[in-house]
Amino acid sequence: MVTLKINDHQVKVAEGTTVLDAARSLGFNIPTLCNHQDLCVAGNCRVCVVEMKGARTLIASCAMPASEGMEIYTNSLKVRNARKHIVELLLSEHRADCTKCYKNQNCELQTLANEFSFGEHIFLDLVAGRPYEIDRSSPSFVKDDSKCIRCQRCVRTCAELQHVSAIAVANKGSHQKISSFHDRPMSHVVCTNCGQCVNRCPTGALVEKTYIDQVWDAIYDPDKHVVVQTAPAVRVALGEDLGFDPGERVTGKMVTALRQLGFDSVLDTDFTADLTIVEEGTELLTRLKRVLVEGDKSVALPMFTSCSPGWIKFIEHKFPHMLSNLSTCKSPQQMFGALAKTFYAEKRGLDPSKVVSVSIMPCTAKKFEADRPEMRSSGFKDIDYVLTTRELAVMIKQAGIDFLSLEDEKYDSIMGASTGAAVIFGATGGVMEAALRTAYEIITGRSVPFSNLDVVPVRGMEGVKEATIKIEGTKEDWKFLEGAELKVAIAHGLVNANKLVKAVSTGKASYHFIEIMACPGGCLGGGGQPIPTNMEIRKKRMEAIYAEDTHMAIRKSHENPEIVAIYKEFLEEPNGHKSHKLLHTRYVKRESY
Amino acid sequence: MYHTGNLVKDLAEKHGRKRESLMPILQDIVRKHNYLTDEAMVEVATELDISAAEVYGTASFYTFLDTVPRGKNVIRVCKTITCSMKGKIEIINAIEETLRIKVGETTPDRMFTLLETNCIGWCHKAPAILINDMPYTDLTPESVVDIIKDYMRR
Repeated sequence: MVTLKINDHQVKVAEGTTVLDAARSLGFNIPTLCNHQDLCVAGNCRVCVVEMKGARTLIASCAMPASEGMEIYTNSLKVRNARKHIVELLLSEHRADCTKCYKNQNCELQTLANEFSFGEHIFLDLVAGRPYEIDRSSPSFVKDDSKCIRCQRCVRTCAELQHVSAIAVANKGSHQKISSFHDRPMSHVVCTNCGQCVNRCPTGALVEKTYIDQVWDAIYDPDKHVVVQTAPAVRVALGEDLGFDPGERVTGKMVTALRQLGFDSVLDTDFTADLTIVEEGTELLTRLKRVLVEGDKSVALPMFTSCSPGWIKFIEHKFPHMLSNLSTCKSPQQMFGALAKTFYAEKRGLDPSKVVSVSIMPCTAKKFEADRPEMRSSGFKDIDYVLTTRELAVMIKQAGIDFLSLEDEKYDSIMGASTGAAVIFGATGGVMEAALRTAYEIITGRSVPFSNLDVVPVRGMEGVKEATIKIEGTKEDWKFLEGAELKVAIAHGLVNANKLVKAVSTGKASYHFIEIMACPGGCLGGGGQPIPTNMEIRKKRMEAIYAEDTHMAIRKSHENPEIVAIYKEFLEEPNGHKSHKLLHTRYVKRESY
Repeated sequence: MYHTGNLVKDLAEKHGRKRESLMPILQDIVRKHNYLTDEAMVEVATELDISAAEVYGTASFYTFLDTVPRGKNVIRVCKTITCSMKGKIEIINAIEETLRIKVGETTPDRMFTLLETNCIGWCHKAPAILINDMPYTDLTPESVVDIIKDYMRR
């Protein structure tokens, strides 16, 4: 422990604590920009400078560990003047067209400008004279360098959390910029569209590409039947943008709000999450059978999950030799899309060309996924528009809905029923748990051997998780699995995915089934979720997800009555002919840069 | 354009595959081929298991690690204040006239590229230029033409 004084108040903190955290523990707020709890210290924006007695210059409090006897002043005249100049200097290189900016009112630089810089600016506007091109090449996000203050949160995010480094710092001095490889369009590099950088950008330099206006147009078009689906992780985070604390489950209010916005049918991605489990579980068991019983060498194991479009693009770029290990199942979003314009349209007597399919996702990569050429198996674009959790919150505000006081309503049918197994898709380990609940029961006829169906070993925030499930008392068809140990692994955050896939690829580890989610914490920490997202908030959303599961009447995907019905009426059998046409996909090799 | 062949692999063997090997590998490629192609940068990234954007970030930071085609001989004229005051402009004019190119350009036969550079530390013998790694100092418009003609004969 070290003792120091901050603004003449004595405080004792653990060794290694930064001056910033020490000050915050006393309730002295120091502004920051480049600092982010998920990332390493950078100390480059200088907004957090404080005065230290005996030091000639001001110090960056985020990068300075507290030490014995330090005397710190966080709000002296020197600090205030410096901070004002620092903010003004950042603003001189920032295109401050705030009223037109998507991040207006939700911008950390703007908040600081409010506090430190009003009236005439001191410094020259350096943006006006420079040529900037806005990169709109990705269907997921927009990169506008004229708003970039080079805090490098995005660069650190892409490197530390995702091991992608699609962007890095290029050039130097006044030419310094955040650049892809040789400044190529973001759509033509290794970027996975995960949006973690978008979630962390303190300005409007990186924002999701928004489709709000297109969705309003569809809603107002009397010829169109607009269906909306909501991903599992949206219901535990949407509230944060609309006045609730993190961890509040707002499923019922969200359904009510979507209905009030004017969607013709409010349906649930959780329905196709259950469908994914049945399809993917069957695929896994088929692969196991072909390898273990038939000795088929062409079948790849371990099988990787395929629900996370950021992960899919990552493996396509980085491990193209392992694409056959990916489950061929489409993600729940895309299964939903393919069914909305076939099964749903047929049942409801609608012309599929008049159906507009919208999805609400915690994810920016889903926008890319919806645009993939493979995703047109209904004969149309299966998903027309993808909105992030944040965009839905904007629409709810635009419509003047008082979200806090809404009553709870239920999803429409058909394609609205779901189980607890589906909602846990939103947390890392959830797809694995849901798959185990169903697969174990198919093999043995009994529930998975964990109390209350909670497969605890696959849960939690550890980067890579492993579990072994012993299979005993198999049914006649699955005798070959008697006594076998099913080895599974889970990774979230692509930096962990990279480690796990490398271990598998080099033969250092072997498993049967691996779940991978591109974002830290799984979809609940997705790039399209409310800002801020950090470890504390991810944990609260995770608790909410498992609470949602516990409160569901049915908690196994194969017991979802609408799933049973869709196989009876439409799909016939899991992995059958119709499934392969509508619910399964293929992958492409991509370049390494 | 050039093809790297086994060069990047050999350099990775020579310097190692750690992150700190990036600079020496890039320098050796430039020593041999005068600039870095996209292909070379991607290969370096693959060998070191880092991203191509990171390699480009490093290369673009250093003026001497060019990422656009350069001639066999790169002439860099010091543009900093002392050389400026001691006749940098006349030196550039003489070179431009001799090679029939402007600053920033490369001769069609790819023998010479003419660039400006920040201070190269020869202020006491200004004006100064670098041709590849060799400094030439105390220049006059006449002496610089002689030096260039000498390179033409090589």
